[in-house]
Amino acid sequence: MSVVLDLFTVLAVGLGVFFFLAGTVALLRFPDSLSRLHGLTKADNLGLGLVVLGLIPRAASPLAALKLIVLWALVQLGSATVAQMIGGALRRREEIE
Amino acid sequence: MTLFEALDFSLAAIVLGLAARTISARRVFGAVVAYVAYGLLLAIVWVRLYAPDVALTEAAIGSGVTGVLLISASTRLGPLPAPDAPPGAALKAGAAALSALVAGIVAAAVLYLPDPAPSLAPEADAHLAETGLGNAVTAVLIAYRSFDTMLEKVVLVLAVAGVWSVAPDRFWGGAPAPLGPAAPDAALVFLARVIAPIGAVIGVQMFWVGADEPGGAFQGGAILAAMWMIVMMARLTEPPRISSGWLRLALIAGPGVFLLAGLAGPVMAGSFFAFPPGFTKPVILFIEAFMVLSIAVTLPLLVAGPPNREARR
Amino acid sequence: MNDALLAAAGITLLTVGAGLARVLSGREVDGLMAVQLLGTGGIAALLLAASATGVAGVENVALGLALLASFASVAFVNASPTRRGSDRDENR
Repeated sequence: MSVVLDLFTVLAVGLGVFFFLAGTVALLRFPDSLSRLHGLTKADNLGLGLVVLGLIPRAASPLAALKLIVLWALVQLGSATVAQMIGGALRRREEIE
Repeated sequence: MTLFEALDFSLAAIVLGLAARTISARRVFGAVVAYVAYGLLLAIVWVRLYAPDVALTEAAIGSGVTGVLLISASTRLGPLPAPDAPPGAALKAGAAALSALVAGIVAAAVLYLPDPAPSLAPEADAHLAETGLGNAVTAVLIAYRSFDTMLEKVVLVLAVAGVWSVAPDRFWGGAPAPLGPAAPDAALVFLARVIAPIGAVIGVQMFWVGADEPGGAFQGGAILAAMWMIVMMARLTEPPRISSGWLRLALIAGPGVFLLAGLAGPVMAGSFFAFPPGFTKPVILFIEAFMVLSIAVTLPLLVAGPPNREARR
Repeated sequence: MNDALLAAAGITLLTVGAGLARVLSGREVDGLMAVQLLGTGGIAALLLAASATGVAGVENVALGLALLASFASVAFVNASPTRRGSDRDENR
């Protein structure tokens, strides 16, 4: 059983790291700010989510696993707000400075 | 080179690169963004050095609050005319040489430490049981060198007084400018409504577990401060008038209670700033609770700045 | 397993660190996005390291970062002068 869980952890974490890589590539290579923002939010979302998912089997207790999930939800909330605000400002073509 | 060493080198290289970027950026905004990134990576460096308390404080204050402070300062300075003569090459070279000298001395001091390096950590740990705490960092802050910590909190009050004193006389007693635009982003309002209660609970919990695990008054207070600032940025509440009684009471509560506890030391335990044995942990937590309040109030006030409107009768 | 998690933490950190190149080039809002990615990547790396090494308190650092990471970014976008139109009499 623990081998299956370990495999799950490795897979999920690996996928999560891949999404972070994808997010960085998007940030560095996409042509304009709005599309970079799009790539960034996907990385935030899925990268951390998959990492948290992969770490849940390794949590010390159900409460610890819940703490991980709450952490992810908080990051989701914050980065979604930031994405909305940046997107809105870009859309209105304001200079953010 | 092992995996760890490669990681350490890369981290150090990125941190140094960010520091260079912070100094060399053309515009203040770019410099502050680089500075916030620098603070975040420094927090991870602290974790790598097995110092989670410092890491948390760095992430909260060094990166978060200071970044916001710098950006709001640069926003205020924006309309002011540029200085007539930017610093000349000689001045810049002199500053660079002096900075390099200081950095070199610190680096040499660290690199040439004897092995094992002299440290008071074992003794701090040895006496931990007497303080009733489980976290040596908190013990150092509140028990072993409590006087210093109290004075640090007094410095915070002085900083707020200094910021307030910049206001013109006619504005004294008024409220600082709002932290956010008149029509805040709906997403921000939503964030403030949801995250503020959760963040407040987490901040209090961070302070409470600081007695036994990494955490503490400063970290908890910084998180509470950040939550209040988010709420003010979403215009759900406004910065209070600086003449308000509860505000001033909250500001001085931290160092005030600390000082009272210290003064009660001779009566209760034999000397200035001594805590009664067997009762130390409750006393420490009591003092820390007021410190959390003061920090949570001080940091947003520093960001809000001096009052810019008259106090309404 | 622990080594694998630590390696993942390191790779994540270096990856989002590479994204910081955006702080050097591009518009300033891109730098802000790079910092946001750094924050999230840093949290992921901290969680991986916490699970791999079992050092106390690292998860708390990640939790604190989660609360504060967006706080700075939000403040930056909020401080943009064009958005604070009517409140800009503050320097008089």
